[in-house]
Amino acid sequence: MARIAGVDLPRNKRGVIGLTYIYGIGHSLASEILEKIGLDENTKVVDWTDDNVRELSRVIQDEYKVEGQLRSEVQTNIKRLMDIGCYRGLRHRRGLPLRGQRTQTNARTRKGKRKTVANKKKATK
Amino acid sequence: MARSIKKGPYVFHKLLTKVQRAKESKKKSVIKTWSRASMIIPDMVGETIAVHNGKTFVPVFITENMVGHKLGEFSPTRSFRGHGGNRK
Repeated sequence: MARIAGVDLPRNKRGVIGLTYIYGIGHSLASEILEKIGLDENTKVVDWTDDNVRELSRVIQDEYKVEGQLRSEVQTNIKRLMDIGCYRGLRHRRGLPLRGQRTQTNARTRKGKRKTVANKKKATK
Repeated sequence: MARSIKKGPYVFHKLLTKVQRAKESKKKSVIKTWSRASMIIPDMVGETIAVHNGKTFVPVFITENMVGHKLGEFSPTRSFRGHGGNRK
């Protein structure tokens, strides 16, 4: 069982894909890391040797910010925006999109599930 | 698209002279400005700048964290008070 940065990697997937299960490692970083330690992208996670796993965790630990560390960094960045009271911070507080997207419709990712307002008039055509 | 580094941060030149004068005089005075697009530079830390939002001047006390943002980000131009039925 390959365990890197506190995450269990899926056994039966290719190495590049397996690494992307770690928060903060996407496709391009995964292939960059594998290339760095000279491991083939297509090697399944089960077929990694213990040495490979050890080296992978060392590289990831030392050179990249992943999982908890990365999450807390993101949170402090958001908190900074909210504390200084800038526009993006205000939008974070209200749970609305930050980058000027429309909010009359859509924007559901930020606003969450639709909350129906009782007795709201339908727009007449 | 980010601004070219070669040019340096944009600060309205009149605002810049005002800030420098305020720094020298050491007095607490509010600097009024319409220049919402000006970047906040380290010289402004500790000053209070009143930024126009189209209607009034919103006083903004500049702290270190704000450096690198634009003045307009701290002076909202819209006031949304909620929809009709929401007030209770």
